[in-house]
Amino acid sequence: MAERSPGTRRTLWFVLSLVFAFLYIPIAVLVALSFNEGGLPTAWSGFSLKWYASLAGNSAILSAALNTLIVALVSTAIATLLGTLLAIGIEMRRQYGKALEALIFAPMIIPDIVLAIALLSFFSMLNLTMGLHTIILAHVVFNLAFVCSVVRARLKSFDWSIVEASADLGASALTTFRRVTLPVIAPAVIAGALLAFTLSVDEFIIAFFTAGAGRASTTLPMQIYAMIRFGITPEINALATIVMAVSITALTLSQRLNRGIIGQ
Amino acid sequence: MAPALAWLAALMVVPCALVLALAFFRRGIYGGIEYTFTLENFGLVFDPLYAGIFLNSARIAGTATLIAVVIGYAAAYAISAAPRRWQPVFLFFAVLPFWSNYLIRTYAWIVLLNREGLITQLLRWFGYTGEPPSMLYTEGAVIAGLVYNYLPFVILACYAPLSRLNPELAEASRDLGASAATTFRRVVLPLTVPGIAAGAVFVFVLSIGNFVTPALLGGGRFQMIGNLVYDQFLTANDWPFGAALAMALIAIMLLVLTAQALAANRASGHVTQAGGNTDG
Repeated sequence: MAERSPGTRRTLWFVLSLVFAFLYIPIAVLVALSFNEGGLPTAWSGFSLKWYASLAGNSAILSAALNTLIVALVSTAIATLLGTLLAIGIEMRRQYGKALEALIFAPMIIPDIVLAIALLSFFSMLNLTMGLHTIILAHVVFNLAFVCSVVRARLKSFDWSIVEASADLGASALTTFRRVTLPVIAPAVIAGALLAFTLSVDEFIIAFFTAGAGRASTTLPMQIYAMIRFGITPEINALATIVMAVSITALTLSQRLNRGIIGQ
Repeated sequence: MAPALAWLAALMVVPCALVLALAFFRRGIYGGIEYTFTLENFGLVFDPLYAGIFLNSARIAGTATLIAVVIGYAAAYAISAAPRRWQPVFLFFAVLPFWSNYLIRTYAWIVLLNREGLITQLLRWFGYTGEPPSMLYTEGAVIAGLVYNYLPFVILACYAPLSRLNPELAEASRDLGASAATTFRRVVLPLTVPGIAAGAVFVFVLSIGNFVTPALLGGGRFQMIGNLVYDQFLTANDWPFGAALAMALIAIMLLVLTAQALAANRASGHVTQAGGNTDG
């Protein structure tokens, strides 16, 4: 691109800086305010961690965080297991219909609100008491699809003859899976699990509709939504900063593992 | 394989089929569901009141899509023109905000736009003394929030075809005497239509069904389809009508996806033309 004129190059750099300013200033302001002693956007009154400390004493937030952790861990565990098996099943056969493909893609493209009301109608028709368990059931639906697609991408370049070789050498199906298939796909499985975990931690709409009445099963995003509707408080800024840090770390990690896969 | 498929069948296919069925029933007097067949829920979708909300949602989503595509394409173009080794870094940082919580990204705009927010402070700093401008709870705020939230995806979608673009094509066009503008319009743009279409569909579909952004940044003043569905299920208790609205949402989504597939097909036609036609 060396032949571009200096004027064009300057314009391109200018566009890039503007876009990055647009993307990062809102987040940067939020993070900065979370460390502001006074807690108000009107003036900077000194660096302080007191809003983080006050989060630690907020029992509603702590119980919501615990709920989120339970939902995310359980739904990730189930989705990782089922999604990985599904990916192996599909890729091993290599012959699958359009219907199966659509079934696996659907959870990723159906608008959240539609899946949310569908599950609400379904659970209430079954007269199921809703709570954390129904959120978990719901989160597995989309998490499963995401894990499956990450693992399938890895399996596309998998040499199935090594599985045959292992079987020929007398290994049982389980041993072959544990000693041959799993080590090869492990980075993708972990990447998929990390992705599922973050999606679940951040998911609001479906959780909101399938949590049922009462505060007992409020998740962190539901708590954040309630707080935001109430107004701006320095505590939300601190909480938002922590939540952002957690999801960005988990996804960067997931991306790295995936990058490793592409690089191989 | 079987347990996963059973899970999807039980907790996605069956519930969605249930919603479809629900849309054909009547609402009970006390908010329950009366199991008599009716088409009036779908009729109600076309009632001027609700059709107005549909048009309004489409307008807001359309505006957000247009702005996001223009900014996103410009950003993707600038990234693809940057030195090779910097491109992955820029791309990574363009997508990074997308990985943080949607509610938090929306909340960041409340912090910016509220009457005592950063923008008002900046105006004051520049010597503005009047009333703080009301920016929050406007249609503009809703559009800004939607653009902000979905921009990273547009950048990603547009970058893919731009980075694969063969620079010799543009060079050839310039050698043959076309101006930079003509080259962009006749060579670069047509070859990157699939990326634009994918990005646009994503923003439009997610915007039109959104209820969080209109609720938070529009202050509930701007009803969109998502809010309408939300209300029918959680406040008005008219589930059959809510189900019909959800189906209408799915129908719009399928329509847009079909349009995207057509656009991608046409674009691939252009590619073969660009490759095989020497006198055009």
